[in-house]
Amino acid sequence: MDDEIYKENILDHYKNPHNSGALKKYTFKHRETNPLCGDEIEMFVKIDKSRITDVAFIGKGCAISQASASMLTDLIKGRKIEEIKRMTKEDVLKMLGINIGIVRMKCALLPLKAMIKGIEEL
Amino acid sequence: MIDAKKIKKDFPILKQNINGHRLVYLDSAATTQKPRMVINEIKRYYEQYNANIHRGIHTLAELSTQAYEQAHEKIAEFINADFQEVISTSGATESLNIVANSLTKSLKKGDKIVLTEMEHHSNIVPWQQIAKDRKLKMEFIKLDGFQLDMEHAKEVIDENAKIVAVMHASNVLGTINPVKKIGKLAHDAGALFVVDGAHSIPNMPIDVNDIGCDFFAFSGHKMCSPTGTGALFGKKELLEKMSPFLYGGHMISEVTLKDSRWNELPWKFEAGTANIAGCIGLGYAIDYLKKIGMKNIKNHEEHLAKYTIKQLEEIEDITIYGPQKGERTGTVSFNIKGIHTHDVAAILDKHGIAIRAGNHCAMPLMKILGISGCSRSSPYIYNIIEDIDKLVEAVKEAKHIFKV
Repeated sequence: MDDEIYKENILDHYKNPHNSGALKKYTFKHRETNPLCGDEIEMFVKIDKSRITDVAFIGKGCAISQASASMLTDLIKGRKIEEIKRMTKEDVLKMLGINIGIVRMKCALLPLKAMIKGIEEL
Repeated sequence: MIDAKKIKKDFPILKQNINGHRLVYLDSAATTQKPRMVINEIKRYYEQYNANIHRGIHTLAELSTQAYEQAHEKIAEFINADFQEVISTSGATESLNIVANSLTKSLKKGDKIVLTEMEHHSNIVPWQQIAKDRKLKMEFIKLDGFQLDMEHAKEVIDENAKIVAVMHASNVLGTINPVKKIGKLAHDAGALFVVDGAHSIPNMPIDVNDIGCDFFAFSGHKMCSPTGTGALFGKKELLEKMSPFLYGGHMISEVTLKDSRWNELPWKFEAGTANIAGCIGLGYAIDYLKKIGMKNIKNHEEHLAKYTIKQLEEIEDITIYGPQKGERTGTVSFNIKGIHTHDVAAILDKHGIAIRAGNHCAMPLMKILGISGCSRSSPYIYNIIEDIDKLVEAVKEAKHIFKV
């Protein structure tokens, strides 16, 4: 990891996000916002037998928040919800592969926050 | 014109490098940096005469009281008010909360408060929450481009309007509002006129009598003073009638277990131990700015704003939010198509450039502009043309990184 946060893969995910858009059928959806910088993420999650069978998101905001959502949805598809609940800041940073300072941490963690809060409300 | 290069040397913080580049600080509308002279005076206060004011009968208390009152005198003189008309506060937000709470006590259901669509949250939320509680009406003067729609102002400031509260200069657009004209509309309608001067007083001469306002609120930290400082000007006859907002020590003249009587102006509105060091610091910040000259500062800001706009306009896909011509502050807000404002700020930071990104505590204005946020360059007395050149270069670099 170096100091550059706008790496090629982050910008690729930002410009062409994976799993972008709403799901027609879902087990839950959950929206989180980051009032300080106006990032928004709404997660749509389909669960079958405690496993995430499909996940997508609608969002707007900075490159970090949107790339994080794109990568997270890729990462968690097929996983058990219990695993997702245990995911931490470190997991997200590892996934992004960049160093994030305290100011941008909220952007990076917003998608995971939306997932975990949504699961907790089930 | 001012010698910004020389002024820069008065600010110790600006000497450092950030991320390997000379720090270019363009976030002064958020808070300005502090000159060595102000920092030294605060240090001198704590090292030589720190004591609580108006109470102790000892030498230090006398020195601190004298310095504290002298700071009030400096503030009063700076805005052409009387000593009794200036209340020291923690900033424009506290000042506006005092006015909002005290003035609305006499209002009745259906009475109207008029604000504008471009206000900072600090001049919306206090009024809005009281209006909700007390069933008061609120109306907002609309925007016409990046200026206030004065025809609409005439419509909404009618006989039901009891309070008109308007920002003098926009923290986002750089627009300077015609407060004298709005004040006249307010007074003709029988309403009181409140001006939020947080973004005007750092940048131009202020004369509360010339503006014709009943109240004027501002922060010290946006004009070279420490954080947690500011003031509220109120016309003496109004302050005398108003009830205090905060209760406690210092603001009383006599207390029994059943009732209390208030201290004389301005102390009636200063409950508890004040930010003595900060207020003294504000007094010295005023000394510092007066030496440079407020008219000179205004010219300097306009010059930088025009240069910023001209340079940014030459770049493709940049939208600028604010008046392009005429009177304005140095603040220039913009967006680059395809790059989120936080990413712009992060890339600029890599080049040692500090700007603000986001909604700038003006979410309703962002909604009207149809954006969720924007990047804001806000220069001050210590910024030179080369700082703007660095900003423009880094904006081009951001476009390069994002390939837009």
